[in-house]
Amino acid sequence: MPDYIVRLVHMHESFRQAELQALADVAEVPIEFVKYEQESPFCIVRLPSDASAKAVISRSLLSQGIYELWGQGATYDALHESVKDISSAKWARYESVPFRFTLDCFRGTRDNAQQCEIIESFSYMGFKGPIRMRDAEASFKIFEEYNGKTTGPVYMYLGRFVAASGRDAKTTYDLKKRHYISTTSMDAELALVTANMALAAPGKLFYDPFMGTGGFPIACAHFGAVVCGSDIDGRSIRGTGGSARRGQTGKFDVQGNFKQYGLGAKYLGAFVSDLTNTPFRLSQHSISASRGGYLDGIVCDPPYGIREGLKVLGSRDILNEQERATHGDRYKDPGYIPPKKPYSFTAIQDDILAFAVSTLVENGRLSMWMPTANDEDVELTIPTHPCLEIVSVCVQAFNKWSRRLLTYRRRAESEVPEGALEAVKKEYEKGVRADELNNFRKKYFEGFKEFERLRQEPGAGNANHKADGSKGVSGPWREKSGTN
Amino acid sequence: MKLLTLNFLTCAVKTCKSSPAAFPLHPRDATLQVVETELNLAFLKNMLPRLMWDELRVVADEVCGFLLSFPPPCFPCFPFPPTRSDLVVGGEAGAAATAEGEEEVEEVPSQTAQDLHRVLLETTVHEGKLVCGNCGHEYKVMEGVPNFLLPGHLV
Ligand SMILES: C[S@@+](CC[C@H](N)C(=O)[O-])C[C@H]1O[C@@H](n2cnc3c(N)ncnc32)[C@H](O)[C@@H]1O
Ligand SMILES: [Zn+2]
Repeated sequence: MPDYIVRLVHMHESFRQAELQALADVAEVPIEFVKYEQESPFCIVRLPSDASAKAVISRSLLSQGIYELWGQGATYDALHESVKDISSAKWARYESVPFRFTLDCFRGTRDNAQQCEIIESFSYMGFKGPIRMRDAEASFKIFEEYNGKTTGPVYMYLGRFVAASGRDAKTTYDLKKRHYISTTSMDAELALVTANMALAAPGKLFYDPFMGTGGFPIACAHFGAVVCGSDIDGRSIRGTGGSARRGQTGKFDVQGNFKQYGLGAKYLGAFVSDLTNTPFRLSQHSISASRGGYLDGIVCDPPYGIREGLKVLGSRDILNEQERATHGDRYKDPGYIPPKKPYSFTAIQDDILAFAVSTLVENGRLSMWMPTANDEDVELTIPTHPCLEIVSVCVQAFNKWSRRLLTYRRRAESEVPEGALEAVKKEYEKGVRADELNNFRKKYFEGFKEFERLRQEPGAGNANHKADGSKGVSGPWREKSGTN
Repeated sequence: MKLLTLNFLTCAVKTCKSSPAAFPLHPRDATLQVVETELNLAFLKNMLPRLMWDELRVVADEVCGFLLSFPPPCFPCFPFPPTRSDLVVGGEAGAAATAEGEEEVEEVPSQTAQDLHRVLLETTVHEGKLVCGNCGHEYKVMEGVPNFLLPGHLV
């Protein structure tokens, strides 16, 4: 199998390899990572063909393109040796076609004269076709990687362009241009990455139980899936609850978003519901994923309880007979609001997992965001379930906290060890105040107070942690994403 | 909300979950609409083995009058659960020819596929109620969005 060089973007580092792996999975192409470093935007993979390279990369958000590897080395001499060694058999094929050479310097620059000189140094390949900066039939790129310390590049590659990524979608779905959004809308890039992790694709059915203004379902529909969603807040779906955009009036709703992107055919619709009282049919235990499951993927960003405390249906106190009767009489009144109570964040995570287990098809995926305070003393627990295999853990770090994208695969029944299911029942925090129920929320506010205090003390302003992509990834997961 | 969702939704009341009568929910006093969309054969094929067929028929029967009156009329009385090959003109033979793949033949959706598409993916409940056959609870549908939030006494 040929080697290819993937030009990655230099951000969201901990998501990049997991995204490539997911895209290979969805394209049903075997991928082998020959070289991947968190610090570098150049990654070498082994794939069966140009066609499979294109299939993998064309949906990618976190890369720019893929190139057939024609040579590599730590010096230009070494690079030229390598080019002659591994690609000379291919030169004849490109001898007379229109072609071009360009340079991509990571953390470095080259002036025009230097660029020409470098490109000239490849003239031994003997291409005689016309040089075309546009519509060239063959495009070659010299990649240089600098380390910021020495003046020259520390490593370089030559690649033949095979396919561009799907990163344009980031602009197409940019929230700034979206018809209807809210303060909790996930940015377009990461919503699309989430859809990739969950293997959204034509023919599949996807669901978001916390859809808000529909960002995740839209991203999944972009990749061809049929989608639906729900939210405990009907206004966010129907759109009468105002938009985060100032001065926006008139009818703005989730349906309108699908229309804006021409994805109406992919939208099954939405309903109002609380995940802990879902109307979805739940297969009665997990004996039959093949019979009971019907969702190919679940994608979501559950409430963190930062802006609003996490709530579910139910009353804070157990209702007495008379109160129950009152609800029974009143619930059909137009102004009736079903009572809600605070809920534990850890409990809802486990509820999501249990929901996924009973609704996903075998090998279906759950991709879910969850926060974790950046503070070292907060326990980093990743929720688990015996019927779900953790596929990847990706971390996005902010100044005062971080969040991660967890991706799970629904195991086949035969993969679940006997007796494993009995061990799932857990105890959750009990309490009536939101912060008693929600460790994360408490930390967030404490952290914020601490930050304010530091800001007011002269000379103690450096409260910002450096964003570190691997922070918060506990041992086994890091190892896993490194070797996959 | 498209009718396909009714094949996945039951009553939200916990004690109804295990009752066969709570599924499917029944559209009542419903305003239905047809929103024409492109037929998605890959999706229909994928969904077919996941559908609860008897329950689908119950819902199709209940909205049959509407479907027959809307042009072109759709006859949603699928006498037996179709298989994947029933979705394609030429059936098994057509599918086999494609598999051999001398030339990528574009598969043509059969009448069954078109009827299923009309029922599941073009017919929407716009206003009205969805009613549980077990407890009788009515879920309101407003602007195409059903509300499954349970009142205090039912949680
Ligand atoms: C972080 S936001 C998700 C935003 C969404 N990803 C978007 O792009 O607009 C969380 C959503 O969960 C909803 N929510 C809160 N509690 C819920 C519950 N118990 N069941 C279902 N949805 C709930 C909130 O109304 C909110 O819209
Ligand atoms: Zn019921």
